[in-house]
Amino acid sequence: MPNEYIKDFPILQKPMNGKSLVYLDNGATTQKPLAVIQAVDDYYTTFNANPHRGAYDLSVKATEIYEGARETVQKFIGAANSYEVIFTKNATESLNLLAYSYGMNFIEAGDEIVISIAEHHSNLVPWQQVAKAKGATLKYIYLDSVGRITQQEIAAKITDKTKIVAVTQVSNVLGIINPIADIVKKAHSVGAIVIVDGAQSVPHFKVDVQALDIDFLVFSGHKMLSPMGIGVLYGKEALLDKMPPFLCGGDMIDYVWEQETAFAPLPAKFEAGTQNVGGAAGLAAAIEYIGKIGFDKIEAIEADLIQYAIPKLKALPYITLYGSDDLSVKTGVIAFNVADIHPHDVSTILDADGVAIRAGHHCAHPLMQYLGVNATCRASLYFYNTREDIDKLIDSLSRVRGVLGYGS
Amino acid sequence: MDLSGVYTEMIAEHNKSGRNKKHLVEPTIVLKGRNPSCGDEISLELKVNNGVIEDAAFTGIGCAISQASTSMMIDLIRGQNVEKAQEFIDTFLGMIKREITDDDDLEILDEAIALKNISNMPARVKCAVLSWHTLESAIKDEK
Repeated sequence: MPNEYIKDFPILQKPMNGKSLVYLDNGATTQKPLAVIQAVDDYYTTFNANPHRGAYDLSVKATEIYEGARETVQKFIGAANSYEVIFTKNATESLNLLAYSYGMNFIEAGDEIVISIAEHHSNLVPWQQVAKAKGATLKYIYLDSVGRITQQEIAAKITDKTKIVAVTQVSNVLGIINPIADIVKKAHSVGAIVIVDGAQSVPHFKVDVQALDIDFLVFSGHKMLSPMGIGVLYGKEALLDKMPPFLCGGDMIDYVWEQETAFAPLPAKFEAGTQNVGGAAGLAAAIEYIGKIGFDKIEAIEADLIQYAIPKLKALPYITLYGSDDLSVKTGVIAFNVADIHPHDVSTILDADGVAIRAGHHCAHPLMQYLGVNATCRASLYFYNTREDIDKLIDSLSRVRGVLGYGS
Repeated sequence: MDLSGVYTEMIAEHNKSGRNKKHLVEPTIVLKGRNPSCGDEISLELKVNNGVIEDAAFTGIGCAISQASTSMMIDLIRGQNVEKAQEFIDTFLGMIKREITDDDDLEILDEAIALKNISNMPARVKCAVLSWHTLESAIKDEK
């Protein structure tokens, strides 16, 4: 069945190495639809001025676009208030904001910070640094043999000493959906806050911060059709209120004296300096575009592709797949290796066929160590992918070993 | 992209054979080289005596290009003095940076000329040069 969305993505019309592009690196970043590109273009060609500053019409318009984007994000993630949505550069900056503003101020010696072994370095290294600086303990929730977080691990690792639980909703390597509701329940029962890394979940299914009762959610715009350089930190008002600013400067103050500063209320307190208004306009357009398709449709397309791809990959005897393929916990991220061939060589050989996949450690060294591998290949899907893309992936994979002189 | 110009028979053979991939009995220098961005990691072992690299070998994990490049480098430097090894390093890095393009000037690299096409693949240059940079660090105090 032809995919009705491909036509919206200019880059998917362009050939790659003389072949039509099969883009299977959506976990790294997604392509951008014309609606998003045009929204950014419109902003800079028609409305560009510094928001919150000028008393002239253009600045007012820029402010409306920026604050309008905040309200679009608020509705998208089900936040109670738009000022609980802080714009950042990306999920990484959001997590660093939390580590430095919350972690460094509210974590004390002897406290425990709990993360999972499947975290991206962005939700691992900041907490490791907080734990080192404050004399706290960084504890890991480990995975079962197919990559899932079990109830036993949640019960064992989250204790009365736990102050922060920071966990990804979907692993960027294994594509497995973690049991956030169970983690939240246990964490809140011991008085810990829960930070959810939504970089790999928010683009693919509905995430409602109030329904999940999570304390913080972070995600990147560029992994969900938006420009690079715009991201989100959602936080509950009471928590954001008690946190000190992360970056200081213009627009985050109420008044400055020679020796003192009164900080602005939310969300400005956390948005020092001129922000990425064009990026916010692009993010709002991306959310509107996703809304028109609907998450039901997006999930159905991705589930169909996964169901189509997994048996075909399993049929190749030299392919090793990592993690569960149970569709109830699996998103469109497939980690695998080709026997005897390093993932970088696989990626180069697939590239010659126009097939773009990721190869390497996926910014998850501890997970690679836990899986006992040095690196993996990763194909990650989005709604503009097709069964034909999967066919091309399989076809190209079947040539890989031959190129390096191995029999099939 | 022509894959046969990248994964030449020579590269495939060096990658598969692993004949230089082993530990030396009594190495005088062992140095690790890492590509943090891709996770490639080699450990270069040299037995240097009076400025002569009597033997060399490596262990570690990496793609075909880094493994083959390391193996070819070892074939070249075995039995050579460190000054000659430095000449190989300069020539090889010059080839990859496209600063040395004349085949006559590259002739001393022997089989390692097979990696010339990597200079057209920015994403893979790091794989090809890992072991050569490691060697350069390893012998800098021997000269």
